[in-house]
Amino acid sequence: MSHAHSHFDELPFWRKYIFSTDHKIIGIQYGLTGLFFLLFGFCLMMLMRWQLAYPGQPLPIIGHLFGEERMPGGVMLPEFYNQLGAMHGTIMVFLGIVPLVFAAFGNYVVPLQIGAPDMAFPKINMTSYWLYYIGGIIMLVSFFVPGGAAAAGWTSYTPLADIATMGQTLWIIGMVFIINSSLLGAINFIATIFQLRAPGMNFMRLPFFVWSELITAFLLLLAFPPLEAAAVLQFMDRIAKTSFFLPSGLVVSGQPLSVSGGGSVLLWQHLFWFLGHPEVYVLILPAFGIIAEIIANNIRKPLWGYKSMVYSVITIGFLSFIVWAHHMFLTGMGTAISAFFQATTMIISIPSVIILTALFLSLWGGSIRINVPMLFALAFLPMFGIGGLTGLPLGLSVSDIPLHDTYYVIGHFHYIVAPGTIFALFAGIYYWFPKITGRQMNEFLGKIHFWPSLVCMNFIFFPMMIQGLAGVSRRLYDGGASYTFAPKILELNVLISFAAWILALAQISFIINFFWSLFRGKKVQTDNPWEATTLEWAAPSPPPHGNFEVVPHVYRGPYEYSVPGATKDFTPQYQETI
Amino acid sequence: MSATADEIIPYTVKPRPDTGLFNAKMGIWLFLSSEVMLFGALFSTYIILRIGAEHWPRGATILNVPIGTLNTIVLITSSVTMVLAWAALRQNSLKKFRILLGSTILCAFIFLFIKTFEYGAKFEHGLFPKYSTYMAIYFTLTGLHALHVIGGIIVNSYLLGPGTKMWYSDPERFTNRIEIAGVYWHFVDLVWIFLFPVLYLL
Repeated sequence: MSHAHSHFDELPFWRKYIFSTDHKIIGIQYGLTGLFFLLFGFCLMMLMRWQLAYPGQPLPIIGHLFGEERMPGGVMLPEFYNQLGAMHGTIMVFLGIVPLVFAAFGNYVVPLQIGAPDMAFPKINMTSYWLYYIGGIIMLVSFFVPGGAAAAGWTSYTPLADIATMGQTLWIIGMVFIINSSLLGAINFIATIFQLRAPGMNFMRLPFFVWSELITAFLLLLAFPPLEAAAVLQFMDRIAKTSFFLPSGLVVSGQPLSVSGGGSVLLWQHLFWFLGHPEVYVLILPAFGIIAEIIANNIRKPLWGYKSMVYSVITIGFLSFIVWAHHMFLTGMGTAISAFFQATTMIISIPSVIILTALFLSLWGGSIRINVPMLFALAFLPMFGIGGLTGLPLGLSVSDIPLHDTYYVIGHFHYIVAPGTIFALFAGIYYWFPKITGRQMNEFLGKIHFWPSLVCMNFIFFPMMIQGLAGVSRRLYDGGASYTFAPKILELNVLISFAAWILALAQISFIINFFWSLFRGKKVQTDNPWEATTLEWAAPSPPPHGNFEVVPHVYRGPYEYSVPGATKDFTPQYQETI
Repeated sequence: MSATADEIIPYTVKPRPDTGLFNAKMGIWLFLSSEVMLFGALFSTYIILRIGAEHWPRGATILNVPIGTLNTIVLITSSVTMVLAWAALRQNSLKKFRILLGSTILCAFIFLFIKTFEYGAKFEHGLFPKYSTYMAIYFTLTGLHALHVIGGIIVNSYLLGPGTKMWYSDPERFTNRIEIAGVYWHFVDLVWIFLFPVLYLL
């Protein structure tokens, strides 16, 4: 198998870059598409922030571009606000972060890190990307159908979603494409990691990122189908007028609904959150993986507790399937069920804390190199810590009752996905950029990107938790302007909005850095500029089709830094003697 | 011929010693595990709706049990011919393989034909999915199953038609493909074996 690598014929442009089966090109396709959707979802949120900071006031200049049916005279209509809210969540989670953190980094890095020439099923890999792409297009198109995009929240709760406008049907169809894309991707990742490991790469020598991708793939594989089932049922409700989620005797706007009834509203929530909670770990586990790689590389010593991290991530994988109903404490499903789910929720926080603690302890006594990826990785730890700890009150049904559906919830989970997962994404981009392009990103621009982002993220999400504790609902179109009890708290809305807009400005330095470095960045002198130990750095930068010149052999664990007696402070996995 | 990605990927044909599987076999089992979750969620839906219902009709009072039984027999027959088709390839008999895989596809078409007839009879009596949650879950489950049958027909027809040329270049890999298609087909059969008692008899 090893001799064939350099014998590829030049493929025509459209086979090489568009309908490519090369895992690296597909990874880049996922990356660029995902970054586009991340920016798009961010823009939706910035529009909402105007309405929340200055409810009912016309948005200057760009407000008139959205047309009379969305923002007449530049003033946002409630219907449009709801669309923005629902689509911000959908796009960020399903089209932005998961494709980036799981599919983009996974596709590019996993085969390299296990010493494989490609993914196990290259054509399925390509299909997976294009299904995702079509799903994304359908979501974008849904903004322009009569009634606009889906507006029933990213959770599409029934019966509201059952009786919503046409945008909801497109949401379902788009989701089915995205779900099938994820399923194919998950199958591919698991098969690749089990089947294509290089000789000597046993499971306890896998880099932690590969472990996190493996568990994430299992979560996607087993948790997404129930949402697909739910989507099919909601589709039937909307198209064939069935009543899966419509109870008997439902009255809408004073009119009794002419359906057979007999459905269950709770059923949707169970099916949705059966996906929804594992999905939370889909968002965070690959981020743990990226952060672990970068921290191990920059502390120049082995990760503290690699094995306990691996066992923790496996435990999270199992437990994440039995915590879903902690999203549903207020649905009246019964105290016995609530007690079960709050117990499992408390238990699952233990392996998460083990991973975070292991990463913190790894810093102890290391000779830490501070560079841009490491800055993002170091910021990830306390930010994820805040996100995780603020989740505990939501996992206990007693304290969840007053906090449910307030801005506290928004603050909590954004601490996990924004300065958590998105920081991990940026860290990963800065870290692997030299491998993908052969050029370094600019450190100075990277720092201009990092520091304002860190500050703004905290000015956005911390005040939200204060508002939430004061009882401000997350669903208010006017941001709570009609509340009389908390005017002091609502002034924070202006602060939050300005922080969000400054955060947007900070991203400009990333965009400039990204494109400038692509063409003009400093060329790397070696294939291993960070002096890392894992296998991806053994391949040329950028790696050719087929990746390695010879199949690498693996002789040691993933993080053998500063081995006593070694001549260098890093001993790569592919190096036979120290 | 230039090297394609397929040629450099190991274990496309021979099993990997430590997992005991070739890539596609692991892939199909993973795919089926997700399918189990899909149908598992739908069967759970059935249970939840039935528990919550004030009145739930017994399947036999609405559906035609003899026709359902006939369809079950048709589908089981198709599974048998499927596995025999694989066995025929193992014995190097392409002719036998063609007849057997052809019969599998034929059975699948008969199944769909009978299903269409059943659907038509229900529609004639005004029994649409919106009639009741029982009819809704009946049409959703059997409809999704029928889509899986159609998927199987497409895959098997490809293998019987243009796909067969791989037999001459790489017979072992082609035999593997039939095995993979067979595993999928048995799953589709198995889903029906659950659907039939749940919807028709209980």
